[in-house]
Amino acid sequence: MNTNYHIKSYCSIKNNQVSLNGSVVYKDEEESFSPFIKAAYKDQNTKYPKFFKMDKLSKLAFLAADVLLKNENLNLEEENNIAIVFSNKASSLDTDRKHQESIQNKESYFPSPAVFVYTLPNICIGEISIKYKLYSENSFFIFENFNATHLLTYSNSLLSSNKADQVLCGWVEFDGEDNYEAFLYLVSTEGTITNSKQDIIKLYNT
Amino acid sequence: MDALKQELKENLIEQLNLEDMTIADIADDDMLFGDGLGLDSIDALELIVMLDKSYGIKLTDPKEGRSIFESINTMAAYITENRSK
Repeated sequence: MNTNYHIKSYCSIKNNQVSLNGSVVYKDEEESFSPFIKAAYKDQNTKYPKFFKMDKLSKLAFLAADVLLKNENLNLEEENNIAIVFSNKASSLDTDRKHQESIQNKESYFPSPAVFVYTLPNICIGEISIKYKLYSENSFFIFENFNATHLLTYSNSLLSSNKADQVLCGWVEFDGEDNYEAFLYLVSTEGTITNSKQDIIKLYNT
Repeated sequence: MDALKQELKENLIEQLNLEDMTIADIADDDMLFGDGLGLDSIDALELIVMLDKSYGIKLTDPKEGRSIFESINTMAAYITENRSK
């Protein structure tokens, strides 16, 4: 296993709290997901009106990536070869349900194009790629549970084959207002935390 | 007609998730696409659904939308003339 790769930074969003590298950057104790993510987004002062048009999975993934990548001070005038490898359990089920409800009744059959376009989980990768001008490799995997081994193997493979300079990996799960979680981390040649299964699981569980 | 224009602005903000906008920000003759409100192609499809759902108007030729969705004024005029509900 290549140990030259490290976890440069990591971000998690769960339990109405946003953390970057282990430090809480935003916390809101009383709200459900929708008002929480809106308040957290506004707190970040990211001027990006398209955020409000995204589905909930994309809002979650976008905000976690934005908090993490903003801290990297990327030069957006240059191409940043950051691959994205995400995973979750529920795929785009929350939006799939919303779409299904809109086509349930033949007498009132009004599917929303703006909802339909989010009925795939990897659309959230597209939203991040558009904002950060990434033209890189990307994949979205569905697993029963957080799969550190797969993320480790896949990110090491992308880096060792020079397909990417860095890899933004993680777990982005949304299955209802009270069932959400994002854990993203950036794998690079820089950093102090080894990109190992043990450390990935440790960070995921903090 | 003024009530319809007001209603259209409310619907636009709510259905297109224009969170940072208020009714006062949208003038009756503002361009909805391009340099105006900056709506995109998915928004255009949403507007077609909105015409059907709220006013019973089915656009058979999406190209018609270009002139109908130019501004609140053009939308209101078209709806007034063609609405079935």
